[in-house]
Amino acid sequence: MIAVEFILSGMLAAATPFLLAALGELVGERAGVLNLGVEGLMALGAAVAFIIVYHGGGHALAFAGAGLAGALLSLLFAFAALGLQANQVAAGLAIGILGQGLSALFGKTYESLTVKGLPKLSVPGLADLPVVGGLFVQDPVVWLSLAATPAIWATFAFTKTGLLLRAVGENPKAAHSIGYPVIAIRVAAVAFGGLMSGFAGAYAATVYTPLWADGMIAGRGWIALALVVFGTWLTLRIFWGACLFGAVSLAGLAAQAGGVELPSQLLASMPYLVTIVVLGVISSNRRLLKLNGVASLGEPFKP
Amino acid sequence: MSAARIWPTLVRRERPSLYLKVLAPLLALVAATLINLLLYLVMGKDPLAVFHAMILEPFISFSSFSEVLLKTGPLLLIAEGLAIGYRAKVFNIGAEGQFIIGAIFASALPVWYPMATGQWIWPTMLLAGAVGGALWAGITAFWRVRLRANEILVSLMLSLVAVQVLNYLLLGPWKDPNGFNFPQSVMFQYDAMVPLIIPGTRVNASLPIALALALAAYVFMQKSFIGYKLEVGGLAPRAAGYAGFSEGRAIWLSLLIGGFAAGLAGAAEVAGPIGQLQRSISTGYGYAAIIVAYLGGLHPIGIIFSSVVMAAIYIGGDNALVSADLPIAAVRVFQGSLLLAYLMAVTFVRYRLAFPRPMSGAPA
Repeated sequence: MIAVEFILSGMLAAATPFLLAALGELVGERAGVLNLGVEGLMALGAAVAFIIVYHGGGHALAFAGAGLAGALLSLLFAFAALGLQANQVAAGLAIGILGQGLSALFGKTYESLTVKGLPKLSVPGLADLPVVGGLFVQDPVVWLSLAATPAIWATFAFTKTGLLLRAVGENPKAAHSIGYPVIAIRVAAVAFGGLMSGFAGAYAATVYTPLWADGMIAGRGWIALALVVFGTWLTLRIFWGACLFGAVSLAGLAAQAGGVELPSQLLASMPYLVTIVVLGVISSNRRLLKLNGVASLGEPFKP
Repeated sequence: MSAARIWPTLVRRERPSLYLKVLAPLLALVAATLINLLLYLVMGKDPLAVFHAMILEPFISFSSFSEVLLKTGPLLLIAEGLAIGYRAKVFNIGAEGQFIIGAIFASALPVWYPMATGQWIWPTMLLAGAVGGALWAGITAFWRVRLRANEILVSLMLSLVAVQVLNYLLLGPWKDPNGFNFPQSVMFQYDAMVPLIIPGTRVNASLPIALALALAAYVFMQKSFIGYKLEVGGLAPRAAGYAGFSEGRAIWLSLLIGGFAAGLAGAAEVAGPIGQLQRSISTGYGYAAIIVAYLGGLHPIGIIFSSVVMAAIYIGGDNALVSADLPIAAVRVFQGSLLLAYLMAVTFVRYRLAFPRPMSGAPA
């Protein structure tokens, strides 16, 4: 029971870095662009945010700086992959390596330093419930991410912006021929993805574990990429997927606390192993992927 | 809504420019160097000192250059294997994990039989490493072919798992009992080491092996029918299907070759300059090799040159750390910007820029 309470109360915070990055990547992929640089974008955002908070700039400025850094680096990706038609897979990898390198370079003198996280806000009444009460005590960024999820869902479902994004992802030729600026829309979508990845990194480094260590993103950017596939490009499914991964990353700790003897390396690999298994299960269902997949994902478009 | 264009557009060339194809990696190297020197200047380092330590020094002294040759081996091996897959559009980015598993498989022999002697040991280790790497890549192939899972994500996840497998062995069953609790295995016996080939240096027989395999890759990709079918499978899967070559077979072959080569490189590293299994057996070779493969134009001969360049960047980075106090992370920044610059430059092999005509009478 204690383990369940522990997982329920921490799950959303653990899920937030995955969720923010995956939602950003979703917008880019819906517009037809595969940006594999999420890990590097998150790492850069994490370093920028940590440095700002450490020097007393506060969390709001830190998130703004991290988001800006993520967006700028992803615009460099957009320039290569969309402007110059470079290979999207390779350009994404390059951005990832570059982002991780810059993160390590900027963060070098901050190794093992800590900052103060954010206070938690609780929902009156609900927070006192037994077992599930912990779900309603979260930091402000978790609440904002919870608000961002339905907002992005509604944007795709009801607004012209959402329709445009989907149009350039499904059939860029048709979108172009009726006069929409395909490349400009894609660039904007990629920049949004970079912004969200920057936020995700900022959350990981200054709120969730407010301690700087090189490589602290530890594959979470890659899992966010996998989450977009798990969620079959649907916002709400990505949300549930992120919650699952939040729970998985805590389940190990809960098991250890409960006296289960497992090698710590197995616990550390758990999110990666779960990713591999779930990818296999979801991908083997071809109908599901065909139904919701993005037709022109990763394909270059030249007007 | 066609507003007047203000920026130039890309126009496809009638035929790809061979001249630019050769020039693109050099241009990228120059551009990446200039941008990174600028970055060092901003960081308050002396760019000339860094330039000397990073770019010139690896080639000036023979001892430094021999270290470049030593690092060329693993990069060359991994990149040759990856390039075969990339040409078939199979994006194995998990060479780092295949390298680590290869190192583990190779280490099993000296760890379990530290007293064994005989010249058969090191070749057996190299073979075991290659098989280990291929098996690890085989998981990705199975996931991709049978379950249709994306090979990029699966191979990368498996690399993260491989790091944990290595940590487990080094902290647990394979830890050297007399090693002062350091996470490393016993030192390997003499016969478990690949023989040195240049006296006075650490360059060993794995470099000629890598070069021989590069030539084999050249024959395979440019001259053999299977290599041709692999490439067609990447460019036009449907046509390859009609020709009776299944996509599944191409994926299996690409990944197994990639894993074999990366595993061999991992084995050669523990049986070579390192001489034991330890945490830092790879300094990102598996990821750097992706850059090497692209920079070499995915061509087996081009990759020989690009692997020397990448090895020099590693050695130069080490030099700059010592003599110009440049953080080692600068190497990763350089690697990332080099790949990005190359990908941008290579666009102009197939395209040229068309500038918008100035409107008559418009103010300049």
